[in-house]
Amino acid sequence: MSYDKFTTLTSPAVPLPIENIDTDQIIPARFLKAVERKGFGDNLFRDWRYDKSNQPIADFPLNQSKYSGKILVGGKNFGSGSSREHATWAVYDYGFRVVVSSFFADIFQGNALNSGILPVVVSPEFLEKIFATIEVDNNSQFEVDLQNQKFTIKATGESADFTINPYKKHCLANGLDDIDYLVDMKEEIAAFEASPHPSFRGA
Amino acid sequence: MEAKTLFDKIWDSHVVKEVEGGPSVLYIDLHLIHEVTSPVAFLGLDKRGLKVLRPEKTVATPDHNVPTIDQHLSIKDEMSRNQVEMLKKNCANHGIVYHGLGSEGHGVVHIIGPEMGLTKPGMTIVCGDSHTSTHGAFGAIAFGIGTSEVEMVFASQCVMQPKPKKMRISVNGELNKGVTAKDVALYVIAQISTSGGTGHFVEFAGTAIESLSMEGRMTLCNMSIECGARGGMIAPDQTTFEYVKGRQFAPKGADWDTALAYWKTLKSDDGAVFDTEYFYDAANIEPMITFGTNPGMGIGISQYVPNSNKLTGSDKLTYEKSLKYMGYDQGEKMIGKKIDYVFVGSCTNGRIEDFRAFAGFVKGKKKADNVTAWIVPGSRAVEKQIIAEGLVEILNAAGFELRQPGCSACLAMNDDKIPEGKYSVSTSNRNFEGRQGPGARTLLASPLTAAAAAVSGRITDPREFL
Ligand code: SF4
Repeated sequence: MSYDKFTTLTSPAVPLPIENIDTDQIIPARFLKAVERKGFGDNLFRDWRYDKSNQPIADFPLNQSKYSGKILVGGKNFGSGSSREHATWAVYDYGFRVVVSSFFADIFQGNALNSGILPVVVSPEFLEKIFATIEVDNNSQFEVDLQNQKFTIKATGESADFTINPYKKHCLANGLDDIDYLVDMKEEIAAFEASPHPSFRGA
Repeated sequence: MEAKTLFDKIWDSHVVKEVEGGPSVLYIDLHLIHEVTSPVAFLGLDKRGLKVLRPEKTVATPDHNVPTIDQHLSIKDEMSRNQVEMLKKNCANHGIVYHGLGSEGHGVVHIIGPEMGLTKPGMTIVCGDSHTSTHGAFGAIAFGIGTSEVEMVFASQCVMQPKPKKMRISVNGELNKGVTAKDVALYVIAQISTSGGTGHFVEFAGTAIESLSMEGRMTLCNMSIECGARGGMIAPDQTTFEYVKGRQFAPKGADWDTALAYWKTLKSDDGAVFDTEYFYDAANIEPMITFGTNPGMGIGISQYVPNSNKLTGSDKLTYEKSLKYMGYDQGEKMIGKKIDYVFVGSCTNGRIEDFRAFAGFVKGKKKADNVTAWIVPGSRAVEKQIIAEGLVEILNAAGFELRQPGCSACLAMNDDKIPEGKYSVSTSNRNFEGRQGPGARTLLASPLTAAAAAVSGRITDPREFL
């Protein structure tokens, strides 16, 4: 899946201080019927963003003009539930490049990296600081530095280090995906298939 | 020799390469695909001018979008129809076996794999669907992947995955009357929460687990993803071997003997080390039901909706938001609450044993007038067996109709949606807001508890009738 390279990002952030935000909230199943990767951003958080008659729900953060930016900050256990990559496509398509939380569900985290989104895990205390900073000033800037693996609250200068595995970091920084890597491994894979193997591989 | 876990044995034997500073390249034995998470992967493949590397290790079926009545007619919803037709076309282009709607092999992807004998001990199995964990019941490493990874498997028969940590959850003792594998699953998730298993692969062990049938084991492994784990697995034993033997794709003759000898080595060695271990006593588990909006919000059916006193900050807000959505108050008793719908089916509880349990319970009773019930077999084979065993007559006499196979009301993607505000006792796996339809309120439970609710119209302890 192609996506833009990621280096450093400075942006305000949109707060979503809710825990266990599951993939059915990020993108409800009825919007998974597309056969191409486009237009998912319109349906990001669909049922929290719009009421039954498709009118925006005023107090949902994405509908509040005071919040903007390419960073989404969510409560702990973000992205639990389904393996639908449509969830991370929706986040990306809406315009976010970074999601910050104190805890991510595994599959969501993997899908995010494969979709060009950087998931940033910070401590629960630091997460509270981010929420508090946005509350004080909706336009407060945050800096995400992939190279140095640092997330900084510009207003206070406080920063948190985050982890990412070096291979994935390299991919994200260069806009590369795993498929190129795997296709290049063709011979190794063929050799593996030909090797005597303890497993009864689907024979 | 170093003591290894079951997980390590299978994982290690499938690693093609360790990427420096990165994930492992893991070889995949079986790739299951369905219509929702595959089209963009096929598109990506086409753009790169690639073909599916091992079509013979790939099996397809449409399940999420399909209607569960009148399957001989074309699908009404245009986008659903398009997605299903796209799968069929892509399979034809790439030489993949496709079990289409109405065909003998059709069904929910996680039901048909085991049924056909495609799922076997020691395998690595993936699917663009989180409940791929179901197949772990056979002592396989099975997990859900995203669409980018589906494309990886198409292109290379491999995925790139960091090796998860290992967790063992042991449940010992005898399960109480009326307590099923589903209750064990909901109990465990309530104990460790929906994020308790994150970063881990779970092995279920202990005498209570060993006593489960393959159907029950599949239910449990299916739900392992709901505690945040990448998947769940159970060491294969005699129950497993007997289930696999004779199935369409099970090894035959001398191959069977070779396979069996290998499968018998698939268990955690004594002294194998797990990163995390939990122990539970089967005697403490009663029939479970959920009262909130994630699968960790489950309680014993005789219990009261917990209080939020002990919670603070966003935990408390999230909890209260959830109860508000459900229309429940803290401290309320669950038993006696009115319900509107009952859904029996899904990859969690859509196998023959589930319908036997349900039919056995409702036999000679009547569906409550206030209840709409959707009884949906997980596959054509299950449907045929329900008919062959005469369960349909029992269901019909009690006022229930049998629908046709599909994911149905498990997720609001096909016609079977629960209306806003309605309460649905459901044997599926997720009770997230809107999971069964915008505004729908889901109460997860076992087929027995669903049956008790269906005949009484209220949340009812199934043990009262046993
Ligand atoms: S039955 Fe439900 S959980 Fe299972 S594959 Fe279908 S939608 Fe997913």
